[in-house]
Amino acid sequence: MNFNWFKLASPPAFYTLAGRLIPILWGLTIILLVTGLYWGFFETVSQLGGNNPQKEYYRIIFIHVPSAWMSMWLYFVMVVWAAIGLIFNTRLSFMMANAIAPTGAIFTFLALWTGAFWGRPSWGTYWDWDPRLTSELVLFFMYIGYMALHSAIDDVRRADRASALLAIVGLVMVPVIFWSINCPDPNQCAALHQRSNLTKIDSDILFAMLTMTFAFWAYSFAATFIRLRTIILHRDADSVWVRELFTNGGR
Amino acid sequence: MSEFLAQGGYAFFIWSAYGMAALLLVIEVVQLRTQYKAIVARVIRAARLRQQF
Amino acid sequence: MKPRQQRLIFIGLAIIGIGAASTLAITALNSNISYFFSPSQVLANEAPQDHVFRLGGLVTTGTLIRQPESLTVHFDVTDNAKTVKVVYTGILPDLFSEGKGVVTKGKLGADGVFYAEEVLAKHDEEYVPPEVASTLKTAHAEGVTHSNPPSPPAGANN
Repeated sequence: MNFNWFKLASPPAFYTLAGRLIPILWGLTIILLVTGLYWGFFETVSQLGGNNPQKEYYRIIFIHVPSAWMSMWLYFVMVVWAAIGLIFNTRLSFMMANAIAPTGAIFTFLALWTGAFWGRPSWGTYWDWDPRLTSELVLFFMYIGYMALHSAIDDVRRADRASALLAIVGLVMVPVIFWSINCPDPNQCAALHQRSNLTKIDSDILFAMLTMTFAFWAYSFAATFIRLRTIILHRDADSVWVRELFTNGGR
Repeated sequence: MSEFLAQGGYAFFIWSAYGMAALLLVIEVVQLRTQYKAIVARVIRAARLRQQF
Repeated sequence: MKPRQQRLIFIGLAIIGIGAASTLAITALNSNISYFFSPSQVLANEAPQDHVFRLGGLVTTGTLIRQPESLTVHFDVTDNAKTVKVVYTGILPDLFSEGKGVVTKGKLGADGVFYAEEVLAKHDEEYVPPEVASTLKTAHAEGVTHSNPPSPPAGANN
């Protein structure tokens, strides 16, 4: 069966497809959230041992790590869509990038906020200019810069292109910042935030954390698709397909 | 239940973190629905107006 | 609010956002100032004199002295090569303990003692329940989870 992927690049086709997927994504989100939160609070130890004897506050890990991962992943995906838009000049790609940005910004903020409330009881401070924390803050400014620049330019097509360029430049900067300071050998580099190693995590804790990550991922899809449908309707409000879709009482 | 809420004395930190996450995600969802409904209403109104002509 | 004012605000925000990101990025890349200095670096006079800086390392085991009836503590920070004495008045973080990592901010006194104004405890990337940690150490077991820890036989020395 031949499937023409480029058909999906048309706003009306994606509008309908997204509309069908959204309820499924919400269902997934709820199931994963409930599972992840239940597991994290009731199937794990309340205090840790070993080299990292944290007390109950360690449970912030179940939203902190998923938020941080989503903040970075969503930025990457946003840039991919921005690049596709610039290369193929497809409107929908730019709309997708715009749909992702606010959700990405929220997860970045949450990574910083939850990190602060975890840092205070564990390290002893809400904030520190450690390389990893600073990098995440930079990422937050990147998202804000992207959204603000897009809002500042009247012509939507020019706004799309300008902010797409900014996002791409941002993507180059982020790993440069991150790895220039977080060099591979921890004995050579100074930092407060530890490096991550999934193999050193208890399986119940890891399960809850990964479940929450997938929950946030499903949530991001749902939120982004809703926002995208809104953007599509805004931009194509005067078009024939929108008129026809809503003339018959459609949604 | 109160033991769960107390979280070993670290309630402030845990619930501040989880609370903000819940708050922001709920706000985002509510805002998304509001914006979507607004644009749909606008488009339906415009479609109806056109029909009358 | 007029559209033009709104646009100005957005442009302002964009500039601030980009500006802040770039400033942080450039500072980080160009910076010759380490995030923290090790005891070896401090003793080699690489750390700034008369200036607040961060000292990082491990708390030497057996050196933590709490003064009675005060919040003042003394401890040594080492990188397993050189050691610096630290004095701090305040509450130590929950994860602070001898033999573990620490990042402390303060000034080096003329007496060679580091006068700390802030002490932060470091921790590593391990997240394990208490029983598993000792089981792993003694039994060298792999993949043992907390749901089925081996019960130690009576009289075993752990």
